[in-house]
Amino acid sequence: MSRRRVLGVVRKELRDYRRNRYMIFSMAIIPVIFLVQPLIYILALPAAAAVPLSHQHELLYMLGIPALVPSFVAAASIVSERQQGTLEPVLTTPIRREEFLLAKALAPLVPAVAVSYLVYGIFVIVIELFAHPGVAPALLQGSVVVAQVIFTPLLALWSIWVGIAISTRSTDIRAAQQLSVLGNLPLVALTTLVAFDVIHPTLALAVGLGAALLAIDRLGWRVVSALFDRERLISGTR
Amino acid sequence: MTGEHEPAISARGLGKRFGDRLAFDDVTFEIARGEVFGFLGPNGAGKTTTVRTLGTLISPTSGSATVAGIPLAPENGVEIRRRIAIMPESPGLYSRLSVAENLECFADLYEVSDPAARIRQALRAVNLTDREHDLCGTLSKGLRQRVALARALLSDPQVLFLDEPTAGLDPVASREVHDLIAALGRSGVTIFLTTHRLEEAERLCDRVAILNTTLRTIGRPAELRDRLFAKTLTVRTLAPLDDPDGAFAAQPAVEGWRRDGEGAYILSVSDPAVAAPAVTRGLVASGADVLSITESQHTLEDVYLELITESEPARETVA
Repeated sequence: MSRRRVLGVVRKELRDYRRNRYMIFSMAIIPVIFLVQPLIYILALPAAAAVPLSHQHELLYMLGIPALVPSFVAAASIVSERQQGTLEPVLTTPIRREEFLLAKALAPLVPAVAVSYLVYGIFVIVIELFAHPGVAPALLQGSVVVAQVIFTPLLALWSIWVGIAISTRSTDIRAAQQLSVLGNLPLVALTTLVAFDVIHPTLALAVGLGAALLAIDRLGWRVVSALFDRERLISGTR
Repeated sequence: MTGEHEPAISARGLGKRFGDRLAFDDVTFEIARGEVFGFLGPNGAGKTTTVRTLGTLISPTSGSATVAGIPLAPENGVEIRRRIAIMPESPGLYSRLSVAENLECFADLYEVSDPAARIRQALRAVNLTDREHDLCGTLSKGLRQRVALARALLSDPQVLFLDEPTAGLDPVASREVHDLIAALGRSGVTIFLTTHRLEEAERLCDRVAILNTTLRTIGRPAELRDRLFAKTLTVRTLAPLDDPDGAFAAQPAVEGWRRDGEGAYILSVSDPAVAAPAVTRGLVASGADVLSITESQHTLEDVYLELITESEPARETVA
């Protein structure tokens, strides 16, 4: 495993994202949707709503951000290189497919996690400053904040592997992105069900889900590596 | 490392089949270190697939090969790719990245030491130092092709595969690429050049191979001409000869003759340098008014057309 090759591709990807307006828009629109509407709702809540809120974990719905944001980028990662004709030159270098895929996963992970934490931070600051008394402490439970911090990278990585897996098998960027969002909807559904207490969050559930996601994230690398067939990607056959 | 006398590339019965579609078959050749080798053939002949196979991008279905002295096998892919560079037909540059950023990425992929100096050197080689900050998406096709060539030079490869390097370039840009290929060849880099442009191959290549799914011929352009075409003289006289058979058959250097219009004759000869003066003397002695005697010139294009048109059309293949 060459760290330099991996970082070389990551650097290239990050430069490319910065100059791709469509990619920036795709990564920004979901956090904005997740931020604005709930903020308006919560800021309007009276102080009396604090008691029922303290028995729920509504902020966990924000885990939908890391589950969705990187999927757009990851789903475009391989298929866009094929369409631009840049995949063949890269694959003629000594890079191993595991290195290439790790770089392709790390590149969207960094902005996705950063955006998720940033949006969460903005949310917390705004309700601390402007929500009615008692509402902010009721929402900002320690366990929820810890869950947000731990699950954000795990969910983002899972979403990325799903996106890359779809990207290795796609010939069209938009189709890959739509399929990727569909593929990640079960994760969003799960976090929403936990947030609204349909699935009651417990420490055991959190540890179990965390361990499962960690295992799946490691497995995702292997599975996507197996799906990544140089010959098929270059010649379009097999 | 490749041994001094070990070929840079050797292929033995190499072939690739995609399901029931044959891309190329039974390809055998050796390329010496420092040789500029031309690989010619019509569309769909299997040239690009051969390059991709030798470049470890796709696996052969038959035969064997060594590239840069290393056996072509899946476990040797990384080692082979360290020693070669491939410039595909399409430049394949990141359009939102600058020229320098594109090259930085590939310098990392090849783990080039002192990348900044190497990038400057590669840009100098393709005469692009003043465009290093331009976004690749804003460059003309010719400039993009030059950036792709600079990228291929970054790793200082032992073997350089160039797939149609001048496709779509204007004559000036083509000339610059030709000069660069010639300079690389002189510097000892082995160059595997696939091209449709026969004058390009004739000008640049030490040897050429003609592929049309299978290898039709291989050799130096002059050898191929000699092998394929009889040496001929074209004789033109002011008036048709009364007894051309008597005039030509008397010459020992002339092996045969045929008419080629009014007062024109094509003679098959063993050695034009011996036959031409003898024929001239004989014709003048017999009172003929000789307008010209010229040695017929066959180009690589004649060789190519002769071999390609005599073979079956290229089968449906994957480019």
